[in-house]
Amino acid sequence: MAAAALDTAVAPVEQTSAFGEDEALAARPWVTVVWNDPVNLMSYVTWVFQTLFGFSRDKAERLMLDVHHKGKAIVATGMRERMEHDASRLHAYGLWATVDRG
Amino acid sequence: MLHSVVVEVMALLMEDLDRADPVVTRLFPDLYREDPTGSEELRRYTEDDLRAAKLDQAAALLDSLPPEGGPVTLTAEQAEMWLRTLTDVRLALGVRLNLRDDTDLEAELDDAVLHDPTSPLVGNLSVYAYLTFLQESLVLALMG
Repeated sequence: MAAAALDTAVAPVEQTSAFGEDEALAARPWVTVVWNDPVNLMSYVTWVFQTLFGFSRDKAERLMLDVHHKGKAIVATGMRERMEHDASRLHAYGLWATVDRG
Repeated sequence: MLHSVVVEVMALLMEDLDRADPVVTRLFPDLYREDPTGSEELRRYTEDDLRAAKLDQAAALLDSLPPEGGPVTLTAEQAEMWLRTLTDVRLALGVRLNLRDDTDLEAELDDAVLHDPTSPLVGNLSVYAYLTFLQESLVLALMG
């Protein structure tokens, strides 16, 4: 899912590169990032990803392991307001989430 | 015990949130990591809802505790409220105990007991360990 979203983002960046940095930046999607923390349990983080985003157990576990081993994972990609909403929902579950450019 | 740590977190949530308190910044993280001003702006719209949600889930946990103690039976919805509240309580304790990724809880507890078995540190570490066990059991039960 994240890979497909990235593909669609690449094309407009190339097309607008002649117009400068601002347009290129504007074409990049927003993402919700979950960061590792020393408290949240691996099982709980997996459960939150399944519950909030409807991910399969496999996908939720893969993302949780990225958070655990790499320190962070992108769990959603899309419109800025949507990402802010998703990050806020993750905060309600106690996960450390932020919004960033993809 | 569970009752009192939940009440403590509720008390913190009901006060004016002090952003200088690392527990507050952990329970209410900035939405933008490198933009504290933008995050502050957004917080005006999100903080009240988030705070209300955290208070509601804590109250739901307290409501489901039998007044006389004894076994607790939870609906799926109550179990979710428990998990979310246990997370907030563990996050708060984790910040206060200065827990890090490489913290060996058992070793910390052993050291603390040897040093002074009646210290608040032993109490807090034991409570944290118990809540961790409780949360893990509950989430595994929900995941089936």
